[in-house]
Amino acid sequence: MIYQVNDTQPCPALHIRNATLRYGQQAVFSNLDCSIPLGQWSCLLGPSGVGKSSLLYLLADIIPKQRQTQMQATISCDADWIVRENLAYMGQDDLLLPWLSVFDNVLLGASLRGANKSSIARRARSLLAEVGLRDVIERRPAALSGGMRQRVALVRTLIEDRPIVLMDEPFSKLDAITRLRLQEIAARLLKDKTVLLVTHDPLEALRLADNVLIMKGRPAKLKAPLHLNGEKPRNIQDTELLHLQAQLLECLRNG
Amino acid sequence: MDDVRVFPVSYDRRIRLTKKMGINPLSRIILLTIGLLIIWQAIVWLGSLPPYILPGPGAVLKTAYQQRSLLLHQGMLTLTETLLGLLCGSLLGVMSALIIAYFQPLRHWLLPILVISQALPTFAIAPLFVVWFGYGMASKIATTILMLYFPVTTAFFDGLRRTNPGWLYLAKTMGGSRWRILWHIRVPAALPNLASGLRIAAAIAPIGAVVGEWVGSSAGLGFLMLNANARMQIDVMFAALVTVTLMSLALYFSVDKLLRMAMPWVNELTCPHE
Repeated sequence: MIYQVNDTQPCPALHIRNATLRYGQQAVFSNLDCSIPLGQWSCLLGPSGVGKSSLLYLLADIIPKQRQTQMQATISCDADWIVRENLAYMGQDDLLLPWLSVFDNVLLGASLRGANKSSIARRARSLLAEVGLRDVIERRPAALSGGMRQRVALVRTLIEDRPIVLMDEPFSKLDAITRLRLQEIAARLLKDKTVLLVTHDPLEALRLADNVLIMKGRPAKLKAPLHLNGEKPRNIQDTELLHLQAQLLECLRNG
Repeated sequence: MDDVRVFPVSYDRRIRLTKKMGINPLSRIILLTIGLLIIWQAIVWLGSLPPYILPGPGAVLKTAYQQRSLLLHQGMLTLTETLLGLLCGSLLGVMSALIIAYFQPLRHWLLPILVISQALPTFAIAPLFVVWFGYGMASKIATTILMLYFPVTTAFFDGLRRTNPGWLYLAKTMGGSRWRILWHIRVPAALPNLASGLRIAAAIAPIGAVVGEWVGSSAGLGFLMLNANARMQIDVMFAALVTVTLMSLALYFSVDKLLRMAMPWVNELTCPHE
């Protein structure tokens, strides 16, 4: 068995308590509680517009400021660091800056903090080589394909070297084969990080997750139906995985 | 099977057509100039206009050649005023836009001043500049600055205000300070907008200098035109006008070329049909 129904084993986690987000009268979620185990991958599934991305934004403190936005949450962590200062974010769009080379894009965080770039330049080069981008280091993003751009974005996230990584449908705009390849790269390079990955793709969640979370309803509630064991990324030909995918789809459709 | 063959044929034809229509810019300008000169000469001939009403292009070119040292001397003066005005006005515009974008509370105080600078009729205020800054270059530079301050500032500020929010959120998670986010992200992202403002500035800067000379000076192409007009030397007036036009064109295209070279990524992003 690669999976088990989630039994709430106490393990060090990142806690979100009483999370509330409303736009005017409409509550995206209210009094939402959630614990994300440290050092594991948690994948968040749910229908479009349910508030998955908003939960990431809430953690990263980047909720778009609109009129009548009400937002509150208590965020804490069993490890003794401040969550908002220890996370890296990777979105659906690669968000590469078109005027910078691939290399400078990867080192953007260091530039923005005024940090010494030479100390991480070697690591940046080796990571870029590891994801197969050695030859395009000096190119600008416009010269790259979608898959290459997303790999640059992944390296930029890795170079930040933060314990928590928030990923918002990072591979959704890629073709199926490129997506599988990037999942493998991400699973390898972010192995021991606390990852919260928002995705629409149940198979992606089942390949990569230690925990699968489902968000649904309005105001949204969270369920954690699955805890999965075993090496990641899991093989997509695994029949048990495919069986689980069918179950998960059914669960997403019916509740 | 015919359907299959239609596409390559029409596609091929389209490429040929595009190639045929795509004359290089220099020959286009030359063709355009020749066309305009022919129309000009035709008007002179058809209306049998005497030279003191409208001299033909030939007469103007002749005068321009005879008066070349005068035109060159006065032109250099106007060009110097234009360039200094362009430089100072652009710097002032860039700094104002940065201040308005960075210090949000100041925005509400500075924006009305910006609009006022554009609302002031340049022709009416230019004589005042002569009173304040004298007959020399300073009043012309001031007029030029007044004319291009608004387009430069608004274009750049508009760009600074419209940074892709995704980039700003990313920068925030990376722990960037406001100042560094402005410098590393908002400013470069707004450079294409600034470039639009600078192109407009390059096009109107010579007008600013000439207007300045027009209302009170003892030198420059504007002064030359006013003087020639008063003496009914319409050919000299036209020769000066042609000089100003050539100067403006040269300035505009140089600025455009420099801006393109400075921002190579902008052209990579524009649509292929442009």
